[in-house]
Parts: sequence; structure tokens; C-alpha cells
Amino acid sequence: MIAFDFAYFRPETLKEANETYKQLIIAGKLPLYYGGGTEIISMARAGSIRFDAVIDIKSIPECNTLCVENNQLIIGSAVTLTKIAESGCFPLLGKTVSRIADHTIQDKITIGGNIAGSIIYREAALPLMITNSKVKIIKKNKLHELPLLEIFDGNLHLQNGELIVQFLIDTNYLNLSYCHVKKTKLDKIDYPLITLAAIKTDNGINAAVSGLADKPFLLPVKILNEQDVPEAVRADKTVGAIQNNIIGDLIIAGKEYRMFVLKNVLVQMFENFKEAQYAGI
Amino acid sequence: MLAFKDKSIISLNINGDNVTVMVNPSYTLLHVLRENLGLTGTKPGCENGDCGSCTVLVDGWPIKSCLMLAVEAIGHQVITVEGLKNAPIQRSFVENWGFQCGYCTSGFLMVCHALKNIHPDADDFIIEQWLQSNLCRCTGYGEIKDAVKAVLENKI
Repeated sequence: MIAFDFAYFRPETLKEANETYKQLIIAGKLPLYYGGGTEIISMARAGSIRFDAVIDIKSIPECNTLCVENNQLIIGSAVTLTKIAESGCFPLLGKTVSRIADHTIQDKITIGGNIAGSIIYREAALPLMITNSKVKIIKKNKLHELPLLEIFDGNLHLQNGELIVQFLIDTNYLNLSYCHVKKTKLDKIDYPLITLAAIKTDNGINAAVSGLADKPFLLPVKILNEQDVPEAVRADKTVGAIQNNIIGDLIIAGKEYRMFVLKNVLVQMFENFKEAQYAGI
Repeated sequence: MLAFKDKSIISLNINGDNVTVMVNPSYTLLHVLRENLGLTGTKPGCENGDCGSCTVLVDGWPIKSCLMLAVEAIGHQVITVEGLKNAPIQRSFVENWGFQCGYCTSGFLMVCHALKNIHPDADDFIIEQWLQSNLCRCTGYGEIKDAVKAVLENKI
């Protein structure tokens, strides 16, 4: 049970959603945009957050889009992780989101909710961070299109009332060779010790990781792609370059262990790309 | 736009019937099913989305009802274990010893029933992926897997 009351709104247009948010703020209330709601409900039940109203965006058509248009894959922010995985529209993203939480919860978690949530892992963002993805946000009743990395550096930076409506991914990225590795401490269903998502473009490897720091981040492209340096050395250099970002804790893993796992994951990634090259994938 | 500012009467479709119920917007679907509608086959467990004992079907997909507000279910079709009505998976659980204490059973039944409908050709990987959403403290996982396989292979 959630121990406090709040109001529920389910707008059918972006304008209604934006207007409702504005009216609630004017009335001195604290509203939250609400996608799948899994994090909001569990945190509210635990007493970790309080709010006066939720604005459920799942009936807004733009937030439910999942289609290809003008050489862009468009994914609405209220599309569930299951829908993305089952659609097969972007294999790397599908594989990444199908390892977030468990299968039943993936029927409820939305891609926007995973990226905007307060749980630090935000694994759904990894494939988007390495594919120059864009976002459409609504801001003062107007849609704006901008690069994802302009508002997301591992944490989402939006002003009150702003909402991600859609994610836009260039179709050229969708079927490139990719690598996804998720390591957990014990069980398959768990938060990541490390999750890595990587793709290989004509210009080289792009990779991002989650679980190593208090937010997901990009790995240094230059080091990953030093063609004249052996792969094991590149893995070492990458770990060295980001070691200040890596956090350790007593519950999941210490810093040194995380660095050890990352190095092995990177070696595995280089191997995977080599095999894909030989297999013509 | 749907808007509920405080206690309100809402209409839900549960097990094929339209029912009206008075709820606060903060009530979870799990709470309303059990406390307002008396459908106690849906079991509360962790109430944190971890155990899966409260799983119901919403538009055919398994959903943990502890992580869904009752007002979110407006306009959707909810099926609880009471709505399965002698589905093959129930017989299969009996024949394959798919339960011991039985507390997790209704949640597992809902997941397995949805799996049969959505992925009738599910392979071992998909079966395992779906079953990992639920916990059984009696560790009857092997028998539960046998039960779902028997249904997928149309042996029931």
C-alpha cells in the first residue's frame, strides 16, 4: 500500500499533459510524469518519495509510437521494454532491455521511465548513447528535437514540466555488429556489476557502460580504436583512463574487482567483433 | 482526459466482467483485486515487484499487480487466476507436481498461461526467461518447467 493520497491524470494529447503539469504547479502541487510507474510505485510504497499527482502519459499517441520513418527508428517514451524487445527493431537495444529487471516487469517498464528514473543504472540508455540518437522533448507546449547527449550525460537534465516524447535512431545504426555483455554478482536477474553495449561502425567501436559508476557513461573512443595497439593493451588503457570514475562498494563489488571485470569484458568485446567480422555479420 | 483527484468510482474489466469499485488513485491493482473485489487468488508477496506472486494478465500480458495502480487498469482487460477456469496449464501443474506450498502458484500459472498464448513455440531460453520473473520458496522450478513444457507440447 502507498501511504499517501495523490491525484491521477491520463491525458490523451501532449498539450493536455503539458497544460495539466503547468496547472498543478500553479496550484502549488508536485506532479510527476508517469510511464510504467514501477519505480514510482515502489519508492512511494517505501516512503522514499512524495508527490501530489501523477500524469500518466501512456494514452498519448506520440509517446506510443514504434515505427521507422524517414530513415529513423522512432520509439515513443511510453513504449515498454517488452514491446521493443519483441519487435526486433533494434537488436542491440532489444538485447539490452531484455536484461533489465525481469521479463514480467519489462511488460510495464517504459524506455522513457528507465532513462528518467532515479535508479542509477539506466541500461536502456546505453545503445542510444553510442548511436548518436536524438530525442524529441516537449517544452512549453512545443516539440524540440535535439541530440540525446545534450540532455543526458548519464543523468537526465530536463526542466520542470519538460518530457521526453520520443527517441530517434538513424536506421544505419540498427543492424551493425554489436556486443552486449551484462555481468551480475550472483543471479541473472539483478542490477549490473557491469553492463556494456558496443557497436562497430565504419569509424570504429563505440561503447558505453553502466554499473561501474553512479551513472552510465561512454568509454573513450580513441583508446578503443587504436588499431596499432594490441587489444589486451587497449583494454588495459581503457580501464586506466576511466579508473577515477569507477566506484566500489562492499555490497556488490570493490573498485579493483570491477576494474578486473571490465578489462575481461572489453577483451570479450574485441573477440566478439573479430568473430563477427570473420562471420560477415 | 481521465482525471481522479480523490476517492472515485471506477469501472474495470476483470475476468470478462465489468465491475465498478470505489478506489483512491493511490490503490494498487493488487489491493483492489483482493480487498475490494475479494479475488484473493492473486497473492501479495514482496509488494515490490520481485516475487511475482501477484501476477495477473493485462490485455494478455503478465503484469505484477503490486506495481500497477488500479486506475491504470481502466480500459484494459484484466484476468486473474480465478478467470483461468480450468485452463490446460492448471491441469498440467497438477499432473506434473508443479506446486508444493502453493503460495506462488497463481502467479506462475498466469505467467505460464500467457507464455503458451504468446509464444506457443517457446524454446528453453524463452521459457526460462519468462519463468525467471517468479520466485518459488519451495524451489519447485523443475516441476513448474515440466508443467509448462507439457502444455507447450500439447500433452495436456
